[in-house]
This record gives sequence, structure tokens and C-alpha cells, in this order.
Amino acid sequence: MSSIDQVFADLRAQNRKAFIPFVTAGDPSLDVTSAALKELSKRGGSVCELGIPYSDPIADGPVIQASYTRALQRKIKLSQILEMAGKTTPEMSAPLVTMVSYAIIHRHGTEQYIQDAKAAGIAGAIVPDLLVEESGDFAKICQANDFSLIQLVTPTTSRERAMRIAETSTGFIYYVSVAGITGERTQLPPDLLDNVSWLRSQTKVPICIGFGISQPEHVRTLKKVADGVIVGSAIVRRMGEIGEKSEEQVIDEIGDYAETLIEALNE
Amino acid sequence: MNPASESVGTASANVPDATGRYGAFGGRYVPETLTRALDQLAVEYAKAKADPAFQAELDQLLQDFVGRPSPFYHAKRLSEKCGGAQIWLKREDVNHTGAHKINNTLGQALLTLRMGKQRVIAETGAGQHGVATATACAHFGIPCVVYMGEEDIRRQAPNVFSMKLLGAEVRPVTTGSRTLRDAINEAMRDWMSSVDTTHYILGSVVGPHPFPQIVRDFQSVIGSEARVQSLARFGRLPDSVVACVGGGSNAAGMFYPFIEDKEVELVGVEAGGRSDGAGDHASPLTFGSPGVLHGSYSYVMQDDDGQTCDVHSISAGLDYPGVGPEHSYWKDTGRVRYTDCKDNAALDAFDALASCEGILPALESSHAIAAGMKVAAEKSSDQIVVICLSGRGDKDAAEIARLKEERK
Repeated sequence: MSSIDQVFADLRAQNRKAFIPFVTAGDPSLDVTSAALKELSKRGGSVCELGIPYSDPIADGPVIQASYTRALQRKIKLSQILEMAGKTTPEMSAPLVTMVSYAIIHRHGTEQYIQDAKAAGIAGAIVPDLLVEESGDFAKICQANDFSLIQLVTPTTSRERAMRIAETSTGFIYYVSVAGITGERTQLPPDLLDNVSWLRSQTKVPICIGFGISQPEHVRTLKKVADGVIVGSAIVRRMGEIGEKSEEQVIDEIGDYAETLIEALNE
Repeated sequence: MNPASESVGTASANVPDATGRYGAFGGRYVPETLTRALDQLAVEYAKAKADPAFQAELDQLLQDFVGRPSPFYHAKRLSEKCGGAQIWLKREDVNHTGAHKINNTLGQALLTLRMGKQRVIAETGAGQHGVATATACAHFGIPCVVYMGEEDIRRQAPNVFSMKLLGAEVRPVTTGSRTLRDAINEAMRDWMSSVDTTHYILGSVVGPHPFPQIVRDFQSVIGSEARVQSLARFGRLPDSVVACVGGGSNAAGMFYPFIEDKEVELVGVEAGGRSDGAGDHASPLTFGSPGVLHGSYSYVMQDDDGQTCDVHSISAGLDYPGVGPEHSYWKDTGRVRYTDCKDNAALDAFDALASCEGILPALESSHAIAAGMKVAAEKSSDQIVVICLSGRGDKDAAEIARLKEERK
């Protein structure tokens, strides 16, 4: 059983849901990223997502894209990110997964990427531009290495296709709440709960919902059908306030923010 | 994934396969949200391609609205200047809207109507694709938004004005290098949020399957006509065919009908920029490596981490770090020879065509003229070199004046 499987098994046994925060690697610095990951894990994050900055992130909205641009302007390299992860994961109770473009994995070498990520204590990958049709070879390597490949289902995914994705996804299924890019939204689509409920009835793989989630009300609504929620832009936006506020203050605020969502999730 | 080298061998015109692969290249590397629209597009395009009524409507438009077939013109004085083969120009510059781009946008606008979508988005670098999309949308009464990098808006002011006159909304893109690459990113982001009602008229043979195939097919009218015109004029095919390559749509359209004519040499010309140094050119087929960008697997200018490199060209339409997957396939099979042309050589070629023939070529096409002149100079006077003159240079006049001032 992978470390992510163990997290969801434990949560289910306690009738609890997963809170999955997202942080961009290297924005504003890798030291701060490390501190934020440790804080989010300490405050009750179930699995943490580490965004690997990419120059052309078409699935991401302005907040995460801007954080990627800032990190890349500081010439941050994949090797430095993995080195930071290697020092951070031993101090985290939550497993760490990367959100990473296939452009980066391919360039690094698929086998090599998994070897290096595993060596850094990383438990899996979300590859937003690697569709189920293109992921066969990579999925096999992931499976052979007990490395979770978390695949995405969206509102535009047909039910037949969602089943195919569910069959190949390991760790959890990333259910994208809206047809669109990442970013905070005030309202969630009305048919979201029905769609997730249907998928929930079809697979045993945990389903976590992301994109557009930022408020306790969202979390209260989604916990009825989901095994967890993923929150990215709302955290990355707060991280962007470092400079106006001190690093310690922002990391503390992010921890407090995570706790309010975790409380709403487990009320 | 197959290594790129596995595609080495004989190039077939029977590509892509059902998964959108050209040898090892192509495919789909996009967010899951877009798959339904891409599947729908592939199905509708296959139906349209097999529908004689669709083709007849497009052919009629190309004849009456665009002015096809475009002329096949003997550049006698330019040939004399080169002192080698006879240079003939395939005159896409005289099409309505002044470039080859209109061939594709009319085809895709017809597809938009066929799919029942009510809005069109597009991206543009040099502005020619933006103008052509705005024109096609005005013709059919479809609302249109065009994404364009701020740097390109500066370089291509006349085309920006034209797009607005044609009723399109031009949205400036301020991220990244503020050029074509960033405009494509923004257009894809828009499409992610509007995919049920909006068709994205992609402007080159790039992007996820089926776009590279659709754009190539709509642009193949260029090469098909050139082939017929060559046979009619000379009773044989040309010795060489030359075209510029940014994303590569005019070249794909020009080359594709000749792919199985092994006796015809095909030469693609990338933007060599200021120098061979990283960041100074836009030549992924010459200096890049296979990778993933904008939804497909192809040659890309990337760093050791897979991050897309900044590129440079004096020509906004060639200022792009990737290239269509079919070009990568043609490169690795050896069917097309790819070379590059430096900024200064393109400016010299612009002057040569202007002064010898009374034609102002687009800066993109000037790259093909420069390389075509070299190819012609190495051949004898009974040989024939056909150059695709992909667009006219009016849009570049102010930029050329500025560049000439810089060169003084």
C-alpha cells in the first residue's frame, strides 16, 4: 500500500476527509516553500501538492501562473526543487505529490523523474497535460515503482472516459470542479455533486475535488460526495503577500486558513 | 513514447494515424477539459472532409472571396540576379487579406458553423492569422476574440487596426515574452472555460490533434495548385520548393502535396535571428530537441529542465519556440531539408524582391526568398525553384523602417 493509499484508508476509518493544499515551489524561495509545506502538514494537511513551475502552464489561472513566472525568474531548477523536497519530506507527516507538466518529466526522462522524485520522498505525481491515452508507458513505470499517478476528471469528461481514467488513476482521482482554469471562484457548478456522486458509485479510488475551492462553504458542500478537497490559488495568493508581510506572518496565516477549511471539512 | 529516431525512414503522406501521430510526433498533451472539444472537432472534421457539399462551399469561397487559384509568377529579374535556376513565386500574398492564413480560417469558420458553436477565439503573432480569422468571422457573422502579445501589437499595428475594423476584439497578452507563444497560452486558457460554445481557430500546424492535420489540409490548396500550375507550365514538377517555417502552416500546405514526389527537393526555412546562440533565433528544427509544447510532441526550444526558451526573430510570425509535429516528422525522415536564415539576410531578401520584382514580401516570406535565392544560385538555368510567398509586406513597413534605421 502506497503512503497516499494509507492516508485515505486512515481517513476513511475515522470518517474524515482529506485536505490537500497546493504550494508553488520556489515562490518566493525554496526555503519558504519548505517552511510552508511543513506548516501545512503540521496543521492537518492530508497530502501536500508541490507545483513545479513551468513556463507555459495552460491549465493554470493568473494566480498560479504568476507564481510560476516569479519562481522561474529566480532561475529555479528542478534539481534544486527535488533537493528541497528531500530535506522537507522527512519532517512532514503528509505525503508530498508534485503537480508537474509532462514537458518537464519528458525532458528529465520518465524513469529518471520517478527515481529522483522517490529519492526525495515524493509519493506521486499529478500531470495535468498527460491524458489517459498518452499515459500508458508512464503509468506502467509509476506502477512498477509504487509511485501514484493521480489523473484528472473534468465536467467535460464523458462517463465512459471517466471510468477509463478511474481504472488507471492511483492514489486518488483529481476531480476538476469547473470547465476552466485554476483560480478562486465564488460559486461551484450546480451539477458538480451529482457528477461526483456518480463517479463515487463507480470506483473505490478516492475522489478529491479541486479548482475554484477557497471557502469553508465550498468545503461543507463538497464533503458530502468527495474524499477530499484541493486548495491551490487561495494559498498561492496568500504566499504572494510575502514582502508586504513577513514570511513568518504569511506562513502562520496560511496555517490558520488551512485549519478553518479542515474544521469545516470535519465538522 | 517512441524515441524520435524511430520515425526515421520514408515519409508518408498518409499521416497522422488515428491517435494524431506523425511517426513519434504529434499526439495530444492538453488538460483533460479540452478532450471533449478535440474529439468533437476530429469527428466533425472527418465528416466534413468526406462531405462533397462542405468542400464545394469552401472551394467556392476560396475562388470568389479569396481569389484563388493564386498566381504562379516567374520572378525573371530575381532569377537573373541570382544567376541560377528560374525562380517562380506561389503568390499567397495576393489572396484576400494578404496572406495564406485565409485558406485555413475560412475552412475552420465553416467547421465552427457545422459544430453549432457561436463564438470564435484565435491567437496571432504577425497579425495575419488574426486578420484572416476576423475576416472569416465577419463574413459569417460570428463574434471573434483575438489574443495577441503586447510586443506583437507594437510590431504589427496596421493588422491590429484591421482586426478591430473587422469587428474583432483584440485582447493584449501581457504575460511571458508577450509574443505568439503567450497568445497561444491565453487562447487555450479561454478555450478551457468556453469550450461548449467556442471554437478555437488555431492558426498554424501546431497544437493537439486534430489541429495540425486540419490546418495542413486547409493549407494544402497552396501546394496542390502549385503542383498543377507547374505541370501546366513546364510539363513537369519543380526541382525545389522553398517555404518559411514558424509554426509551419504555409510550408506544410506547400510541401504536403509534393511529399511523395521524391524528385522534388523540399526546403523549410526557419528564423535564424541574430545568431546561433540560445535566445537569439527561433529555429527549433535546427537547434531544438523533441519535447512537449502547446499540446503536441515536436521539436521545441527548451532548456535542460524542459522550460520553453525565449526566442527571437525580426518576424513576429516566425518568433515561436515550437513547430508543427509534421515538420518534425519530415525532418527526422529526411524528406524535408530544414535550414535557417538570419534577420539581416531576410531584410536583404526583402529589398531584393522589392527592387527586382515590385513586390513587398512579408518579413516571414523574406526568409524563404533569401533561402530560395541561395538554392537557385546553386542550380542551372533550366531548373525551377518555387518559393512560397506566404504574405505581403505592407504590415511590416514601419518595422522594416525601424530595423533599417538600427542597421545604419
